[in-house]
Parts: sequence; structure tokens; C-alpha cells
Amino acid sequence: MLEISALGKNFGSVAAVADVSLKIPEGQMVGIIGRSGAGKSTLLRLLNRLLEPSGGGIHFSGTDVTKLKGRDLLAWRADCAMIFQQFNLVNRLDVLTNVLIGRINSRGTLSSLVKRFTEEERTLAITALDRLDLADQALQRADTLSGGQQQRVAIARAMLQQPKIILADEPIASLDPRNATRVMEALRRINRDSGITVVCNLHTLDTARSYCHRIVGMKAGRVVFDGAAEQLTQTVVRKIYGAAGEDDSISETVTSTALPNLPLDGMQPGRPGTQPDTNGRQVALSA
Amino acid sequence: MDLIYLVVFTICLGIAVVIGEFDPVRIWNGLPRLHEFIVKILPVLRWESLAADLAEWFLPFRLWFKLLIETVLIAFLATVFGVLGAFLLSFPASRNLMPNRGILFFCRRLLEIARTVPELVYALIFVFCFGIGPMAGVLAIAVHTMGALGKLYSEVNENIDMKAPEGLRAAGANWVQMVRFAVVPQVLPNHVSYTLLRFEINVRSSSIIGFVGAGGLGQEIRTAISFQYYTDISALFLIILVTVASIDLICERIRHRFIGREGL
Repeated sequence: MLEISALGKNFGSVAAVADVSLKIPEGQMVGIIGRSGAGKSTLLRLLNRLLEPSGGGIHFSGTDVTKLKGRDLLAWRADCAMIFQQFNLVNRLDVLTNVLIGRINSRGTLSSLVKRFTEEERTLAITALDRLDLADQALQRADTLSGGQQQRVAIARAMLQQPKIILADEPIASLDPRNATRVMEALRRINRDSGITVVCNLHTLDTARSYCHRIVGMKAGRVVFDGAAEQLTQTVVRKIYGAAGEDDSISETVTSTALPNLPLDGMQPGRPGTQPDTNGRQVALSA
Repeated sequence: MDLIYLVVFTICLGIAVVIGEFDPVRIWNGLPRLHEFIVKILPVLRWESLAADLAEWFLPFRLWFKLLIETVLIAFLATVFGVLGAFLLSFPASRNLMPNRGILFFCRRLLEIARTVPELVYALIFVFCFGIGPMAGVLAIAVHTMGALGKLYSEVNENIDMKAPEGLRAAGANWVQMVRFAVVPQVLPNHVSYTLLRFEINVRSSSIIGFVGAGGLGQEIRTAISFQYYTDISALFLIILVTVASIDLICERIRHRFIGREGL
């Protein structure tokens, strides 16, 4: 159970996150939606303490996360694996080393200086890559991969951290629909198979609806909605995105990541207004 | 606005000319003496006895060769030590990497002190402390190299893409691990490039440092100038020119090869 109570973060006089309180039970997949600048990214970075909160508390299974220091703080960061919009891989290192970085918290400083990892860790890394269809690319430089592949490398790195929570900050915002689906499917699989809590910032409503048990809407640093996907009505959406009075201004399909005319697990078929696949062919999706 | 800058610049230039005693007439009058000097240092080479003349020109060649090797080795050792210090200090001296302002301030000032004092002054101090000989030269050039390269390295470090370091921090890496995995691979090619450039500069410096007794060819140049062994001066200049030019060429080659390398 992750308990966030009255969490706040100020940058100068601007409150990026204000008075956020959430209780996230283990194994939940939570989607956080809101306009850019609503404080979604800041909230995630507060959770793994990449940013220091200005006030409030974070508790995880009895530990006061905001009080952690030194080694314990680093261990907590390793426990909350983070996935970034821009992947944040080390471009000049090969894919395997990038994945092994997920083990870095459990390595001593000296042995990691010479990039020494155990046989077991290497096996773990290869297995994780294989599960994401990337075993063949293991020895390639990270920046030779496509965006979708790089994001899956980042997921493999996250898996090697053997995390308790996965924090995903707009994981599909720089990906094309097909790769976006693969990445979201991978996150869902991790959530279902390993029971790891996933907290995911999303900018597309339909992705949030189809993948998340629970949706949290943020506006100007505050939580303005917290509920199941079905409760996310047009009125609520307007409240989150602040477009009162303009009826058709929030079109879910504008930012849709769903592939057109292709029913997906838990997704509705393509709606009117979606564009055809640029290649004009059906794409097989690996689940 | 532009006019004000122009006026200020002109005034500064004027003051500099006066204080620097910059006098075109004196330069013009001195030119014949420059010619005289060049004629004096040139050896007499005759086609009929070329081998003998060359041998006479480079008479103390064995001594010079030994000193030349010493010069290059001083530069090499000084570069190695200087690079070690510069590399280790450059990361805590980078604004984007060191969150602790105190350590940042300390490392930056340390590098500043190391590079603001000229090598020749360091050499004088070290000769006074550790006696005449190449070791004083090595230390002097090493300290200066550390300061100069540390500054350049830290500027390279400050221009990196911060996405990878954020990824490392989020994975629970400590500061050293973050630098090793996210920063070093990005900056190493540039560091190597600056290092090779510095080695060339250090060869030049180590051929002068002998002036104050810190080893290398410099002591011979000083002897030649003060005892007016004119042809020795040209011979020594030639030796240094050839050495520096060939090191230049070799370093250039290595540098280009290194920039293409990956996965460090």
C-alpha cells in the first residue's frame, strides 16, 4: 500500500503539486491524466524522491519514504522503477549494459566501476530482453534502436530493478500507435503477472480507460478526479482539461493511440475520425 | 550604444599601445637586426663537405638526443598525472553534476589556482623545493595541466544530455555510479581529444622548462643563448620543430581514430 498524504511541491511561488492525497493498494494499475503542466511528472518524481517534497508525506508499507537518506534512499529509488517519455537510456552503451544498469543499486561502487556483473544478472537481463523481443539487439548500441525498442529496453531495465512499484512518466508520448500499444501491453503484463503496482502518466484518455483500473485526474497540481474508468464522464473530462462550454473540444480520438479498425483487448474498435494506418495494412499485435 | 563600445575599445587599445611601448618605428629599425640574427644562427653548409658540416652543426647530438627524449618523457609523465587529477576533479567541478555547492566551489577554485600560475613559476618553486632536475619539470607541467584540462573537461561535462543521468539516479545509482555509467560514456571522446591536444602543448612547455633547471632541452637552449653559440640555437630549434610537428601529426591520427570509437 502506497499512501500519499497532503503531498506538495513548490517551485518558487508556483505550486506544481498541492495537497495530493492518494491511497494506492498493491497491484493496482493507476493512470494519471491531466493537461501538460498539471503536475503529473512532478508527482511521480516526488514518489521516488528524485524531487524533494515541500510538504506532506509518502508512506510505503509502514516506511516513511520522505525521511529516507543515503543508502536507504537509493534502495527506495531502485524499488520504484521509473520509465521516462524519452527513455533515458545511455546512448553510447550497448543494450545489455543498459538493462544491467537496473542491477546497479545492488552492486558495490567498485565492481560497478569496471562494469562487472554476475552471470546470474546477465542471464536475468537476457531473459528480460527476450521477453520483450529484444534479445537479438542485446549487443547493439542503444541509440541504434527505434523509439519503441528503446522504450522496451527501458522496461527491461526497470524489470531488473525487481521493483515494488513502476512509475511511468508518459511512456508512450513519443511513440507511434503500434509501439505505444506494445509498450502499454508490456506494462499491463508486468502488472498482471507480477502484481507490481503501476502508476502511469498518460495524455490520452482512451489509453487510460482501456489499461488502468483506476484513473486520477489532475489539474493545477491538485487531484480533481479519482475513480474507475466508467466514472470518467464527459463532464469530468471537461473539468480536468478545463474546456467548459466547448462541447466537442475534447475528442478522445485526436490523441488516440489505438490502431484504427482493429479491436483490441479491452479497447473499442476505431471510431469515426481516426486515420487509416499509413501502410494501409493490418498490423498483428503481439500481446 | 555601439558607439560607446567603439570609443571604450579605442581608449583601451590606446592605453595598451602606450603602456606596451608599442612603437612601429622601433620595429622598422630593428628589422635589419632580426635579419642579422637569422644569418648568425644559420650554419655554414657547403655542398662539397655537407656531411662534415652537418656533423659540426649537430656536434653534441648524443647529448641533445638524450635531452630530447627527456623532454618528451617529461611531457608524457606530466600529461598522465595532470589528466588523472583533471579527470577526477572535473566531475565534482561541473555545475550540472554536483548538487553540493560547497564541493563544487572548492573543486572549481582548486582548478583555477592550478591553471592561473604559469608553468615556469611552478617550475621555479619546485626546483627550489625538490632540487634541479626533470622531476620538478614533471610536477610543474602536471599541476598546470590539471588546472587547464580540468576546466575544459568540466565544460564538456556541463554540456551533456541529462536524460541518462536522470535514468541512472532513478535506478538507485549513487553519485559515482551515475558518473561512471551516464556521464563518462558521453564525455570520454571529447576528453581524449583535449588530452592529446594538451600533450602537444606540454611537449612545447617541457622544452622551455629547462631554462629554470627543471630538465629537458631548455637548459641547452639557455646555454646556447647566453654563451652565444649561435648555430646551436638553430640546431635546437630545428630539433624541437621536428619533434613537435611529428607529435602533432601522430596525435591528430589517434584523435580521429578515437572519436569514431564507441561503447566506452
